[in-house]
Amino acid sequence: MTATIDSAAVRLDDTWLTDLEDEAIHIIREVAGQFDRPVILFSGGKDSIVMLHLAAKAFWPSRVPFAVMHVDTGHNFPEVIEFRDRHLSQLGLVLTVASVQESIDAGRVHETPGQTRNPLQTVTLLDAISAHRFDAVLGGARRDEEKARAKERVFSVRDDFGQWDPRNQRPELWDLYNGRHRPGEHVRVFPISNWTELDVWAYIQREGIEVPGIYYAHQREVVHRDGMLLGVTEWTPPRDGETVTTEWVRYRTVGDATCTGAVLSSAKDVVAVLAETAESTISERGATRADDRSSEAAMEDRKRQGYF
Amino acid sequence: MPGQLLRVVTAGSVDDGKSTLVGRLLHDAKAVLTDQLSAVEVASERRGYDGADLALLVDGLRAEREQGITIDVAYRYFATAKRSFVLADTPGHVQYTRNTVTGASTADVAVILVDARSGVVEQTRRHAAVATLLRVEHVVLAVNKMDLVDYAEDVFDGIVREFCSAADSLGLATFTPIPIAALTGDNVVERSTAMAWYGGPALLEFLENVAPRAAAGVPARVPVQLVARPRTASHPDYRGYAGRVEAGPLRPGDPVVVLPSGQRTTVAGIDTPDGGLDVAEAGRSVVVRLTDDIDIARGDLIAVDREPLPAVTRDVVATVCWLSDRPLRAGDRLALRHTTRDVRAVVDGVQSRLDVTTLTSAAADELALNDIGTIRVRLAEPIVADPYATSRSTGAFLLVDPHSGATMAAGMITSATP
Repeated sequence: MTATIDSAAVRLDDTWLTDLEDEAIHIIREVAGQFDRPVILFSGGKDSIVMLHLAAKAFWPSRVPFAVMHVDTGHNFPEVIEFRDRHLSQLGLVLTVASVQESIDAGRVHETPGQTRNPLQTVTLLDAISAHRFDAVLGGARRDEEKARAKERVFSVRDDFGQWDPRNQRPELWDLYNGRHRPGEHVRVFPISNWTELDVWAYIQREGIEVPGIYYAHQREVVHRDGMLLGVTEWTPPRDGETVTTEWVRYRTVGDATCTGAVLSSAKDVVAVLAETAESTISERGATRADDRSSEAAMEDRKRQGYF
Repeated sequence: MPGQLLRVVTAGSVDDGKSTLVGRLLHDAKAVLTDQLSAVEVASERRGYDGADLALLVDGLRAEREQGITIDVAYRYFATAKRSFVLADTPGHVQYTRNTVTGASTADVAVILVDARSGVVEQTRRHAAVATLLRVEHVVLAVNKMDLVDYAEDVFDGIVREFCSAADSLGLATFTPIPIAALTGDNVVERSTAMAWYGGPALLEFLENVAPRAAAGVPARVPVQLVARPRTASHPDYRGYAGRVEAGPLRPGDPVVVLPSGQRTTVAGIDTPDGGLDVAEAGRSVVVRLTDDIDIARGDLIAVDREPLPAVTRDVVATVCWLSDRPLRAGDRLALRHTTRDVRAVVDGVQSRLDVTTLTSAAADELALNDIGTIRVRLAEPIVADPYATSRSTGAFLLVDPHSGATMAAGMITSATP
């Protein structure tokens, strides 16, 4: 849930951001201390950019000792893929791409024509985790995003089917994170669990972090579909009867282009985005994610299967 | 201090209206957004409820919504102009007490809910015991559903008196009672007009103004998470120790002792990627450089060399909350996780169990799920510990099943014999 705060979102006293940063750094260092083969999931979205920034700070002046992986549906915004590659090469990190297209070609998953590839990512992710023998998988998911995610632990054990059992989670006490697991199991780790959308933007501003341009207002050809503004791309052509218009928009979340909507916006920089986020009356995923709209338990069901 | 995070845990029995209170708090603090509210309205209508059931905002799992109860701790976030809040919403049913323990372990404030019609019940005593044992700084007794007892002052006073005697038995020095009606919003965000006899703050007002946790009564301790040895062109000979400052503040020049080895040196510098610090308060994640080259690894602890020093011990007496279906008995072999150290442990014996109805301890030889008791544990290797009462972070531990990895107990050290 995104908080609405009075007046300017930019507060001079940013103690709370330092608190959140210290907590995240502590968590990331615990991963390095407790696991042999951690991997950071990096999509080029703002949450994973912030997580990678925190990892760089956690290990400074050493380099980040983790692998970096993107589960690529093949339907991503080209601006984000370009940013992803440039950003990682600046940090001196090597990217592993786990490709949903390859999973489809290998017959591991089957695409339903006209449906988003978003749920197919789970199989690709789990295959990559076992192929690389990753034992800790760091994700940028936040508890405020969605009510099933609000029930997630910081260290969350997945069985050898990658399943999340929300009714049988380990109690998580103090800041003692328990990463013990059996062979074949792995642990999902969410260092920015306690951050809100507003915290992420306030931190992006404070730290001067670069994010892909599509997070800021730009002109784009869009159609109205299912109450969302969907950008016209090669995978999302206009359907019969839909009118294409050019609007000033930005993205609040960046995922697969086929299920991520844009919002009308004039916020061209981080200060304007902060103000807009503080005043928004619609949640981040509610505004922009078709994948959460299918049912009251859509996210819980995907998470149980091993989704991010 | 505005700008700081305040961590709050809410606890109550089944049907005390806790999810409704949390929903109301979020709604009235404008942390519930239009799309989330309309989703709740649609879901409420489908279930045939009158009006929006705000509990559906927080019950995130399908089983919770189906059964109308909260099963698992859920974290909620909201901010006002004064402060940012992390709210751990924990379930009431006795079988989920372990989640109340979880929520309380990081909380600055515990809000314990009771139903004005039923008053203090066994669950209330259990929650008060947990909040006291985990040394949550502030306890609020929120007497809910005042609307159903005609906002009567004497009902409220009676419940406060009852809770007072429980608090006395537990050694809980102070608490703040607030009469509320979560359904109607009385005294949740705004002061109620229906209870003129109550002169105190509304719940949110209290949470906005309460002082966060006081500093621990011992000098700084830094459990070492990692050794930073970059060996890069820019930092060829750098050697530092990454960890979080616990208890008191740490400053360059402080004399320190590295435990368990006992070697003494001084802090040469406290580094962060944003520059060096003149002082690192408790909670800061930093890299500590020392004047002398000492053999230090993950699991060691750097402590400011002033009394009281932590104890290096292989013999611990502790209060534990047992969180597993399998009972705890003497002779059980477990792993103990303390600060950044994992050691093998054997349970020497169960000494006593707390009866949450009478709030007295009685001799026992095993602890069952949700039991709170005192045990003695022997360790294969030493840990560096303080009593939990002096320092939460160096006094707390987990007991872990070495085979499954499951977290079996939350432990709080009462005495550590060197």
